[in-house]
Amino acid sequence: MNDIVIQTERLSKKYRIGKKYDKYRTLRDTIADSSRALFERAGRLMNGQATVAPPGDESIWALRDVSFDVSRGEIVGIIGRNGAGKSTLLKILSRVTEPEDGRGWICGRVGSLLEVGSGFHPELTGRENVYLNGAIIGMKKSEINRKFDEIVSFAEVEQFIDTPVKHYSSGMYLRLAFSVAAHLEPDIMLVDEVLAVGDARFWNKSIHKMRTLNAQGMTILLVTHDMWLVQTICSRAICLEKGSVVTDGTPLNAIGLYKQLTGQLTGQLANTATGDASGKKESSADGGFAELHEFEMFPAGEGVSKNGSLPDSGIRVEMKAHVDGVLSVGFLLRVTSPDGFPYFTVYSEPVSPGDGGLVECRAHIPHLMLLPGDYVLWGAVCRGGDEEQILTERHLPLLVNGNGTTSNGKSLFWNRAEWQVHATC
Amino acid sequence: MLTNRPGLESIAADRQVCWGRQEPGNMTVTRIEPSRGWVSLRLSELCGYYELFYVLIWRDIKVRYKQTVIGVAWAIIQPFFTMVVFSIFFGRLAKMPSDGIPYPIFSFAALVPWTFFSNGLSKASNSLVSNSNIIKKIYFPRMLLPIAGVMSGIVDFLLAGVMLIGMMLYFGIVPTINVLWLPLFLLLALATSLGVSLWLSALNVQFRDVQHIIPFLTQIWLFATPIAYPSSLLSEPWKTLYGLNPMAGVVEGFRWALLGTNAAPGPLILVSAAVTVLLVLGGAYYFRRMEKTFADIV
Repeated sequence: MNDIVIQTERLSKKYRIGKKYDKYRTLRDTIADSSRALFERAGRLMNGQATVAPPGDESIWALRDVSFDVSRGEIVGIIGRNGAGKSTLLKILSRVTEPEDGRGWICGRVGSLLEVGSGFHPELTGRENVYLNGAIIGMKKSEINRKFDEIVSFAEVEQFIDTPVKHYSSGMYLRLAFSVAAHLEPDIMLVDEVLAVGDARFWNKSIHKMRTLNAQGMTILLVTHDMWLVQTICSRAICLEKGSVVTDGTPLNAIGLYKQLTGQLTGQLANTATGDASGKKESSADGGFAELHEFEMFPAGEGVSKNGSLPDSGIRVEMKAHVDGVLSVGFLLRVTSPDGFPYFTVYSEPVSPGDGGLVECRAHIPHLMLLPGDYVLWGAVCRGGDEEQILTERHLPLLVNGNGTTSNGKSLFWNRAEWQVHATC
Repeated sequence: MLTNRPGLESIAADRQVCWGRQEPGNMTVTRIEPSRGWVSLRLSELCGYYELFYVLIWRDIKVRYKQTVIGVAWAIIQPFFTMVVFSIFFGRLAKMPSDGIPYPIFSFAALVPWTFFSNGLSKASNSLVSNSNIIKKIYFPRMLLPIAGVMSGIVDFLLAGVMLIGMMLYFGIVPTINVLWLPLFLLLALATSLGVSLWLSALNVQFRDVQHIIPFLTQIWLFATPIAYPSSLLSEPWKTLYGLNPMAGVVEGFRWALLGTNAAPGPLILVSAAVTVLLVLGGAYYFRRMEKTFADIV
């Protein structure tokens, strides 16, 4: 498992923005720029300033000191916001562009699926494009001949194989492009957000194909915004932000961070995931006040131990709160990943606090249905009827034990089934 | 983290680190690092991509006359009508000397290699820009594109060549044994076209002005080349120096090999060949040097 196939060391890539590398730079611009730069430099010299980089040479680091290793057979998800450097990273790994600094190596044949049919020529037929695209991504003619029928039947375009691809629907285009790339059978496949097109059935088929290829030992780097995909097929995820790696670890952690970056976590819970847990907070907007005196959790159900809960066991929670200035309050329980990715939230019925402002509750979650791992259990008091206005909250670590489970990773939830398996004649 | 990482060198040294195509089954290691200073031409890398090279040429040929009514006939029409126009204006009206050969065949024998050269030049010079979609997505030696652009004109050249043979039969001209030199002159035309294209295609990535310069350039070059007139109009030191325009060497070479005009234009062709070698070498180095920026700025 420790067979490293990709290693990068401080890969960096700088893109010049502004004037220096304008997309359509004309000779006149160059002459104008250089003469202006000359004058400006002369001007600075006159004023006794040092001549530094010419003005207008602004640059941004699309990637900054990116180091990671990938072992054979991993499926690594690369996530991050737009412009975080994901595609640049894949471009560097596929040698389309050179890094500005840093280095790395890749062991084995690299195949890339970087954009739908980028190597296709619209005037050529499907058949011709299979050969063209195959050659562009690095297949030999004999190899394409051998796999041709398989490629076409996987793409489900048998009927249209002698039609120019300009008459194809975008789905057919995608299917054929994916199919060619998938049959390259590289040691390492770089996939950049291509599965967005295509219907659900073909999408499933592509995912299945990737899993199959992965099971045969192919390493996959997958750039995507589809967190579900990351959670369900990746063994690991790297989250990039402003060109740097911010997380490199389990998909769960990376997704949690990504959600934080994109501001998708609602309420107070996420922001205070690592903050204090005093349980005291004043809601300034409406003057309501609440305090959680007690917040205790007990494992409940079969097979619980002192160490934590099993996926199938449940928990009991007891909370006591003191509220003031609020007409009606409700309790909330939420389980999140350590980074704040929410799994579920349950709300109680709202109640009106008594004269002393005391409320207490007892909750029982019979089955957690969570995969083994670390979680955070949040308890909160919120304004009655308004689920997101949390008055106060506290959290506890929640450990779900890994032994004795019958469901494996690369999925979101744990569950079990009543099986009746027997051989039939 | 960093302490557990085995050193790059130690791992890379275990495997044979080399540039080039990754062969299936034979796990080669591809290095990723910025190139510094003057890069080598890495021509051996091109050889690893010969299949892609063929496919690119095949694609260009295949696509060239798609969705046209008369298709490949365009390959003949272009030089043929230029020849007709030249024959009327230069041959008939201006009474241009033609080394004692009927003017139509005199100009057509020059127009065939010229059309190959100028079509290849304009196609190859735009090749990087017109293939930007694959340049931005997939790695391969970019030099394949201009080379394939020039080479794809071969089919047109052969078709026009058939026309040329037909005209020679019509005018009753039988080529001498010198015709064996013809492939060499074709190679010279190809190399000249490629040498110029390497410069222009790399410049075109950054300066789209090149696109507008190319039609001018080929038009002016057409008249700077002895196509409508013979180079025998010049007297000696100048006639050899005319070879500084490599197409002068190509055109005179074609005429000599096919039509048997005058004596062998030896010195002229040597000068042309030398210029072409410089063009190709300089172009190739410039291209390689700019290559790493193509994907970012095209």
